[in-house]
Amino acid sequence: MSHDTPESLAAAARRELDAIMQRTTPMTPKERLAISAQVMPAQDPVVRRHNVQEVALGYTPEQARLESMRCLQCKNAPCIKGCPVGIDIPGFLKAAAEGDFQVACDVIKQNSLLPAVCGRVCPQETQCQENCTVGKALKSIDKAVSIGRVERYVADLERESGTAKVPVVKPETGKKVAVIGTGPASITVAADVRREGHQVVMFEAFHKPGGVLVYGIPEFRLPKAIVQKEIDGLKAMGVEVNVNFVIGRTRKLKALLEKDGFDAVFIGTGAGLPKFMNIEGENLVGVFSANEYLTRANLMKAYDADRADTPIFRAGRVAVLGGGNVAMDAARTALRLGADEVHIVYRRTEVEMPARVEEVAHAREEGVQFHLLENAVRLIGDENGCVKAMECVRYELGEPDASGRRRPVEIKGSEFLREMDTVIVAIGNDSNPLIPRTTDGLKTTKWGNVIVDECGKTSLDRVYAGGDIVLGAATVILAMGEGRRAAASINRQLNAER
Amino acid sequence: MVYPQAFNFERFDMHRILAKQQLSEDVFMMRVEAPHIAAERLPGQFVILQLDNDFGERIPLTIADADPSEGSITMIFQTVGKTTHNLADKCVGDTIESLLGPLGEPTHIEKFGTVVCVGGGIGVAPLHPIAKGMKAAGNKLIIIVGARTRNLVILEEQMRSLADEFIVCTDDGSYGRKALVTEPLKEVCARSPKPDLTVAIGPPVMMKFCAEATRPFGVSTVVSLNTIMVDGTGMCGGCRVTVGGKTKFVCVDGPEFDGHQVDFDNMMKRLKSYRKQEDQAHHQCHLESQIKTLKQEPA
Repeated sequence: MSHDTPESLAAAARRELDAIMQRTTPMTPKERLAISAQVMPAQDPVVRRHNVQEVALGYTPEQARLESMRCLQCKNAPCIKGCPVGIDIPGFLKAAAEGDFQVACDVIKQNSLLPAVCGRVCPQETQCQENCTVGKALKSIDKAVSIGRVERYVADLERESGTAKVPVVKPETGKKVAVIGTGPASITVAADVRREGHQVVMFEAFHKPGGVLVYGIPEFRLPKAIVQKEIDGLKAMGVEVNVNFVIGRTRKLKALLEKDGFDAVFIGTGAGLPKFMNIEGENLVGVFSANEYLTRANLMKAYDADRADTPIFRAGRVAVLGGGNVAMDAARTALRLGADEVHIVYRRTEVEMPARVEEVAHAREEGVQFHLLENAVRLIGDENGCVKAMECVRYELGEPDASGRRRPVEIKGSEFLREMDTVIVAIGNDSNPLIPRTTDGLKTTKWGNVIVDECGKTSLDRVYAGGDIVLGAATVILAMGEGRRAAASINRQLNAER
Repeated sequence: MVYPQAFNFERFDMHRILAKQQLSEDVFMMRVEAPHIAAERLPGQFVILQLDNDFGERIPLTIADADPSEGSITMIFQTVGKTTHNLADKCVGDTIESLLGPLGEPTHIEKFGTVVCVGGGIGVAPLHPIAKGMKAAGNKLIIIVGARTRNLVILEEQMRSLADEFIVCTDDGSYGRKALVTEPLKEVCARSPKPDLTVAIGPPVMMKFCAEATRPFGVSTVVSLNTIMVDGTGMCGGCRVTVGGKTKFVCVDGPEFDGHQVDFDNMMKRLKSYRKQEDQAHHQCHLESQIKTLKQEPA
């Protein structure tokens, strides 16, 4: 597979930008469409599959400007409609095209709190970029303006140059809000509520804050230093972060309101209960939830075997079941930890895969093998209770189901065996039962998701919720959007009481 | 639930070691400052401990006792891996970086009638608060404590003082009856009237055979499982066990389950998932402590 070196991409971008800078007349839309779509510089796949450093290296300034110039500045801005938090995308791209990167970043930050994170992990191709006129005109979604990459560039530049300003906090109101969880939804709520002058205390069950951004998403996709910077930013605003504190056990949710003087509580505990397939043999040794595998590797740093105390299973032939981002993360982590072969097994086709297109492409480049229209039906163990093979069946696509994706239909009699010594299950999460079980009156769906109204308020007075605990497993940006909404409601409630 | 006072967030994350006692060659008792855990914990619950937040592992440990007025919990642990060895090396006044809890569903305690509490080895530690709770609920207690040999019997006096009938046995006969705990357990179950409940905590193989011992008599048997865990809050699923043919998470559904339904063989195999790496780390610990001893000895 061909790999463009970062140097060659940078040089090409410099030449192209220089040529445009020579012009004296404004560019026509046709000329903008002719600008080369900028390729994201990346580590060489052969090298990166053995390290945990970030894969995508980020645009050069010239690339960021060129990519931004491709934007046609459509009056109706279809891209904004695709953004869950409604970022003024043409606005920030216009500034970036002119090289005003700080202005671009400020525009994004009016709506999004975590641009460096979202630029990396948002599924842009199904959000803003799906609607992009440039992609439509060039008849390929891959040719849409790479909005996320420019977002990442301007956010990284701001972080690295230290020009980020601590948001202004209004005078103290004397009101106090508890935020349960420290993932994307909770970070958003903490920032928005703190800005209004309310005291904010966050609670994290793990020993490090950041939620899925630190335990789940690997370093090679989202460097942990970026997440830490966001947490540091909250602390600089005066947000208090308590780790090793699990609400429902260490302290009940209601005690926070009734005894500890909190005026409101936000539940942002995420989707923390891995699903298994309910098939024979799934509790054999060598079978893991992706959550466990990734937590060991990321948060517990098992990739650094010389220093980390947490062991991780030494995998040879690995099957990862599922087609989402978590499946890609687990597969690519297994490669980096020295697996001989890694196989993704997914029962639909690549089109239906919920993973970001870029992650699927990266996984392929690194040597992950894909087995589509196939699913495990039984895991087979050896005499020591370790998994040694899995029985699979083949599928074909039938009629579309409720999600609009074509339903996979099992082909009768197509059973066959694949030999594996490790199976990682990445088919999603149910909601964590800890808080609903220990909080009387908190209404949930039959799947255990907390039910909220259109303001993000739960069935309990002063208790709000958002993110995956409400949505089921979703995305960082949706969690942030939910957090925004709940924070606005909390601020409304508290300001009305003053 | 009554909350006597507002939570003191200033103090909660300081875990100073208040007392340390070596109970046997590789079993230690530690009283540690943890006011928030002491205030909330109930019999049957456990904590997750971590000694170094950057590279340390998270391990589940049972709570043997708690003193809410002092704001302390007591843990009893056996040095089986790197973290427990390093913990045993800590002294009074040292601190523990992370302590999360109390975790798990508390023991269901009510007046059942006659309750048999069976503790094997270090399993007596988590059994102690349960026995205390069962006693306070008005149950008649038959306590069976077993160990490999005499000096591995722990908390004997504390357990004896709770028991209406107390039986101690050792595998080698060096103390009490020369028997496995299943022997007196069967005898007690054969009595008329039979006991109303058995709580058995100890090594997996002991719990397995306790469950087998009570099964023919139809005596309900609660076991407390100590499996491999990372987060302890339901997030990783590493602790999962098969109970009654269904997958259950020890950390949020347990740690106590119906012993007659638990697939112990599968659980024991899962406990060995990282055996190779653990053995290496354990070996390394011993080497390091030997080197330390050599260095301390005058030339």
